[in-house]
Amino acid sequence: MSVTATAPRAAGRRARASVWHFLGLAVVFLTSVFPFYWMVTTSLKTRAEAVARDPVWLFTPTLKNYEAALFDYGVAHALLNSTIVASCTTVLAVLLGTPAAYALARYEFRGKRELWFWYITNRMVSPIVLAVPVFLIANSLGLIDTHLVLILLYLTFTLPIVVWICTDQFRGVPVALDEAARLEGAGAWTIFWRINLPLAMPGVVVSAILSFIFAWNDLLYALVLTRSEARTAPLAATSFMSGYELPWGEIMATGTMIVLPMVVFALIVSRRLVQGLTMGAVK
Amino acid sequence: MPSSSTPEAAAATATPQRRRPRGLSRRPAFWFIAPSVIALLTIGLAPILFAVWNSLHEYNLARPMAGKPFVGLENYAHVLGDGTFWSSLGRTLGFLVTAVPIEIAIGLWAALLLHRPGLGFMRALARVSLVIPMATTYAVVGLIGRLVFNREFGVANEILGWVGIPTTDWLGDPTRAYAALVIMDVWQWTPFCTLILLAGLSMVPRETEEAARLETPSAWRILRHVQLPYLLPGLTAILILRTADILKEFDKIFTMTRGGPGSATELISVYIQRIAFRVFDQGTASAQAILLLVLCIVLSRLYIRYVYREAEQ
Repeated sequence: MSVTATAPRAAGRRARASVWHFLGLAVVFLTSVFPFYWMVTTSLKTRAEAVARDPVWLFTPTLKNYEAALFDYGVAHALLNSTIVASCTTVLAVLLGTPAAYALARYEFRGKRELWFWYITNRMVSPIVLAVPVFLIANSLGLIDTHLVLILLYLTFTLPIVVWICTDQFRGVPVALDEAARLEGAGAWTIFWRINLPLAMPGVVVSAILSFIFAWNDLLYALVLTRSEARTAPLAATSFMSGYELPWGEIMATGTMIVLPMVVFALIVSRRLVQGLTMGAVK
Repeated sequence: MPSSSTPEAAAATATPQRRRPRGLSRRPAFWFIAPSVIALLTIGLAPILFAVWNSLHEYNLARPMAGKPFVGLENYAHVLGDGTFWSSLGRTLGFLVTAVPIEIAIGLWAALLLHRPGLGFMRALARVSLVIPMATTYAVVGLIGRLVFNREFGVANEILGWVGIPTTDWLGDPTRAYAALVIMDVWQWTPFCTLILLAGLSMVPRETEEAARLETPSAWRILRHVQLPYLLPGLTAILILRTADILKEFDKIFTMTRGGPGSATELISVYIQRIAFRVFDQGTASAQAILLLVLCIVLSRLYIRYVYREAEQ
């Protein structure tokens, strides 16, 4: 390696700077990943290794905890419930939300901006505000511990996501296509359904994935409104928490099974994840 | 092309050749939007009206014989005079002013690191890793916190031991339990700040930034005078969104500390949940929920005003 005589010091400074830069990036990486890594590794340890006084770093992984969590603690059923609830609410949010988003992107009418902002207001409301009255309503309607009540309630935060992200997407579809179709005699619904929706698919998919993640992650509504039949996975994970000796391996196995699919989804939409969290506030 | 004088007239005489979509009849827009609005009104607004009604009555599920007598604003008076309500709100505010500045500071540091060119692979790896905390289910973040900060075998004590900090019972002590909760929140939400601020940094025109670098070697001055204006919208968004989020904070606390020890980590949502579903006092809980709702609405107006109007331009 040769360093030119004129700039050895600058080169040295640059090398040192990039060492610090590397270390900094390593810290960012390690701190982001560590708690997640610790959860996954704990889920693969035996009970003795999981609660060893001196944390165990090297061990032979076992899937026993997953087996116990899934079948002895009923997590399999809870994961199925979560899948049903999150999928149904997502489908419903897309069915209700995409036409609204299309109308907001294409039509002019009075109160449009206010309407648009009203959607987002729904998402800013703290879940506990709704949970209190909804519990009483669901109780009198006999809807406690059903999938339906969760699916409907989750619409309050999934629908705004779909509306906002898809409005953005529909704006990107050329109006000329609508007009060409209209000249051919297509009605508004056909224009939306046959032309715009397929072209806006990328945004629709992103909003669907984000809706699914948010619905999947809820604990509060599930805690208040379900018991055993419709119990979702996050609730199942917390129900280990009674008793003196906690089965940490099984708890972390459950945690891993809850989080891993969401991480995969989030990585797929990582470019739009922040937009979903801020609702497009910062591009 | 003759243009109609009012939008109404334009809509009435819609011609297919019109260039702007304004010329369309408004009926389809109504039918496109109505289902979602009806759904949200039924699911979101109806329960809130019911909560208002409940908040005006004495209503305790644990005393079914007592009926639901109308008490006017008594519940509200009770809540506003309730020290525990205010201290849980204060704790929420305290959480906000502790966690958010740390998240912004670390987030900015990380964003500056990621903004700098070079070390391609490591940079990509660090960037991708930021998605993990944000994608982690809140309830599971709490569970991880409980594992990591365990008194007997928690890895937090081990790691702190490497730098000479003695072993402590994190979740058994009020101050430390609060700190542990803040740490987990910082872990989960710093990446969000990083990515928003990184987006801001990448808005700075390349030439401006390079010119400034020739001008001064001080990274601090470049940050203050060149980059900061581009970071402000993001910072506003972070502040408002994190405030809204911390007002909602429940899942993580419930799984990590259940509001304890004592009521050391009982933020507002956790407190309302306790009154509604463990004390079963629906009247009081409804009044609390309505007050929290007012706070949320004020916030969302701020959000729309400062974040959205800004971003729309």
